[in-house]
Amino acid sequence: MKDTEGYMTADGRQIGGVLMEMKNITLRFGGVVAIQDISFDIREGEIRAIIGPNGAGKSSMLNVISGFYTPSEGEVWYKGSKRPPMKPFEVARLGVARTFQNIALFEGMSVLDNVMTGRLTHMHAGIGAQALWWGKARDEEIENRRKVEEVIDFLEIQAIRKTPVGNLPYGLKKRVELARALAAEPSILLLDEPMAGMNVEEKEDMSRFILDVNDEFGTTIALIEHDMGVVMDLSDRVVVMDYGKKIGDGTPDEVRNNQDVIDAYLGVAH
Amino acid sequence: MAQNAEGVEGLRSVPALLKRNATQFSNSPAYREKEYGIWQSWTWSEAEKEIEALALGLLNLGVNEGDFIAVIGRNRPYLYWSMVAAQSVGAVPVPLYQDSVAEEMEYVLSHCGARFVIVADQEQVDKVIEVQEHLHQFEHMIYIDPRGLRKYDHSRLHQFSHVQDQGRAARDEHIKELDRRRGGLGYDDTCVMLYTSGTTGKPKGVVLSNRNIIETAKNSSEFDHLREGDEVLAYLPMAWVGDFIFSIGQAYWTGFCVNCPESADTMMTDLREIAPSYYFAPPRVFETQLTSIMIRMEDASPLKRRIFQYFMNHAREVGPKILDGHSVGTLDRIKYALGEFMVYGPLKNALGFSKVRVGYTAGEAIGPEIFDFYRALGINLKQLYGQTEASVFITQQPDGEVRSDTVGVPSPGVEIKIAENGEVFYRSPGTFVEYYKNAESTADTKDAEGWVATGDAGFFEPDTGHLRIIDRAKDVGNMADGAMFAPKYVENKLKFFPNILEVVVFGAGRDKCCAFINIDLTAVGNWAERNNIAYASYQELAGHPKVLDMIQSHVEDTNASVAEDEMLSGCQIHRFLVLHKELDADDGELTRTRKVRRKIIGEKFEDLVNALYDGSTSVYTETEVTYEDGRKGKIKATLEIRDAKVVPVTPKAVAAE
Repeated sequence: MKDTEGYMTADGRQIGGVLMEMKNITLRFGGVVAIQDISFDIREGEIRAIIGPNGAGKSSMLNVISGFYTPSEGEVWYKGSKRPPMKPFEVARLGVARTFQNIALFEGMSVLDNVMTGRLTHMHAGIGAQALWWGKARDEEIENRRKVEEVIDFLEIQAIRKTPVGNLPYGLKKRVELARALAAEPSILLLDEPMAGMNVEEKEDMSRFILDVNDEFGTTIALIEHDMGVVMDLSDRVVVMDYGKKIGDGTPDEVRNNQDVIDAYLGVAH
Repeated sequence: MAQNAEGVEGLRSVPALLKRNATQFSNSPAYREKEYGIWQSWTWSEAEKEIEALALGLLNLGVNEGDFIAVIGRNRPYLYWSMVAAQSVGAVPVPLYQDSVAEEMEYVLSHCGARFVIVADQEQVDKVIEVQEHLHQFEHMIYIDPRGLRKYDHSRLHQFSHVQDQGRAARDEHIKELDRRRGGLGYDDTCVMLYTSGTTGKPKGVVLSNRNIIETAKNSSEFDHLREGDEVLAYLPMAWVGDFIFSIGQAYWTGFCVNCPESADTMMTDLREIAPSYYFAPPRVFETQLTSIMIRMEDASPLKRRIFQYFMNHAREVGPKILDGHSVGTLDRIKYALGEFMVYGPLKNALGFSKVRVGYTAGEAIGPEIFDFYRALGINLKQLYGQTEASVFITQQPDGEVRSDTVGVPSPGVEIKIAENGEVFYRSPGTFVEYYKNAESTADTKDAEGWVATGDAGFFEPDTGHLRIIDRAKDVGNMADGAMFAPKYVENKLKFFPNILEVVVFGAGRDKCCAFINIDLTAVGNWAERNNIAYASYQELAGHPKVLDMIQSHVEDTNASVAEDEMLSGCQIHRFLVLHKELDADDGELTRTRKVRRKIIGEKFEDLVNALYDGSTSVYTETEVTYEDGRKGKIKATLEIRDAKVVPVTPKAVAAE
């Protein structure tokens, strides 16, 4: 069962062992079954996509991974051990960061301050020291700011550093959200429809950034996305969901030729 | 002067100047760059160490004397160091325009036969890799920013910092050779090779010697009393001669600090933070800034707007006089001081011009209103006239003799003569050595006595001794009836309207003048918003009847003003159209320095030119465009052609100047 072998991608990247594993996850809301007995794994250094038609349960799945929902049945294994039910902030401390489908930034705050909030899990100084900006609090703040500036540089948002987020166009807000998630230095990054509502050029930019993040920092990425072209180009392995069930799992090519997947997307009588 | 033959105090090369600065100004800042939100700085002695490490690293890679080293990227200290390090090892730096497409780079790289290329980032690495098969002499590439490059084949690719590390490690082995090469640099050795942007044909490599650069830097620094504590912001393309003179020539001569912005987008913020004391910008930058001030003032509260108007009117009246040292009444001075406190000071601060002591604009004519606006605020903005072949300076305006319609008096050491046909010739210590591998063009441009043809037509104003430039000499022609035709003269008048971005006037050998016009999307878009005019695209806005009405009124105003000039009254515009696309360097319609390529435009849009002259009221056209990623597409449009009122004049044949 324990698989630490990994594999080699077509473009020559070494993918490591299993980082996170979903075992027979079922999620119910009253009588509604959002996710039904799904198992899959996410490996270290991999870009893993979850796709499916509307209402397939993708976002619910992501919420299970991020700890926002506790599965009704099944287990989540993370870094080789079973994860007990946790609050989302506890999961975040374990190195899981995410972006949201509907942007969830602090609109009145500057880009810099927004990204700084991503460092929250790395701040340990007491409230007194922080209020006085003294000792450990100051050292931490300088260190955190340095890290945040690296992320700002990486995502090329220097020009809007001091701009309130509310004044930014949609595409840039998405990028700021990615910056905040990156600032947390996650070991796994969850992206909920990172390209939704973007034009072709913005999508290209975002794809490049996702690939660069994976390449530069070796961050494992799990993403949900509707744009099939983007998914097939970006990801190493794809999980396909439909009506809460897993109907496919494999490399983009395998998934593309899977009859169940084709049926789900083109539609057949159920 | 014996002194000049040897170079002042034996300072015969840029590396020699560096050595002097590292001793004399060792602890003053030489370079600053904003990175990670903080201004990082290097003193002259630190810069010397960085440059030396790189030079040693280059020796380690096997750079020979006389090799060409191409430098490509935005303004960064590392790339300036690269140029000086190249000079230190006896190689010739060749800066390239960073926004050039791969084919343009291929031409330049193979023309000079660059063995080494130093680039900023992945984008430039990719472009060079794309064309490297055709570059037979190319051997190694050094990059600064490693992002995205980890998986590239590193057999010919090296990271900048690693090259420096290897240089430091191999110091003992190479330092003797480096000292020998640095010491051997002569006053007439090549300092840099710069490719002209090429308004016509292929770019030409202009070879400039140490003498050219150092003499020019010395003369011009003394002319404007530049000093060690000055600050400049280096943001103009490194491949442009002006940047080389300002950021290397003058900076090394006087020892002032060169500041590099964080990125192209943050230029304005960085400008404000640095507040340079010596500033250069093409007219377009001043225009854009003025437009954005005016747009923002329109949105301000009525009280603020009234205060702004009141004091600006006063400034326009007395500001330039105060700046030129003319007498101004006490009351006016008090009012100006109050304005400084309430409007001018804060405005200059917001623009980053609080400390500007000397500001220059050149390259194109600047609109009188724009020029006067900045001078009214008390900014010492002046004009200069120059070109790559002259190491920039041909004429410039001395303090106190500044006007928007002249380009000033000959710079120190420059001789000027005007030929029969009005073309301006000059001879100076900055006059280039030759066009690289192009003896024919060299002979065409520079005669045996060292006189260089500028290609511009102009004349000296008899009473002031200032030079006035009319147009490119080859563009100045005659119309069918013999009247003088100077397209640029009319185009500039039109371009002074904020709504008009670019104009191309046709008329040589024809019976009347007609024009293509490009609207300025920022200004016209704002106007449209204010007037509830909906539009979905540039093309739609450009074709809107109300926009055409507005442009027509601008054309008619211009005609009235052109009619007042006896010599050029025949150049009034009879018919015009507003183009459906912006003229773009990527489509070959403009040069990289954004000058219109008249001939190419005339050929590409031949159908439109014909329609202007055959009297039709509208024309259907299809145009090929190149997108930013290099793909090509077509846009289709039906353009309306309008007739403009002209002021009747009796045509006059031109007498030779």
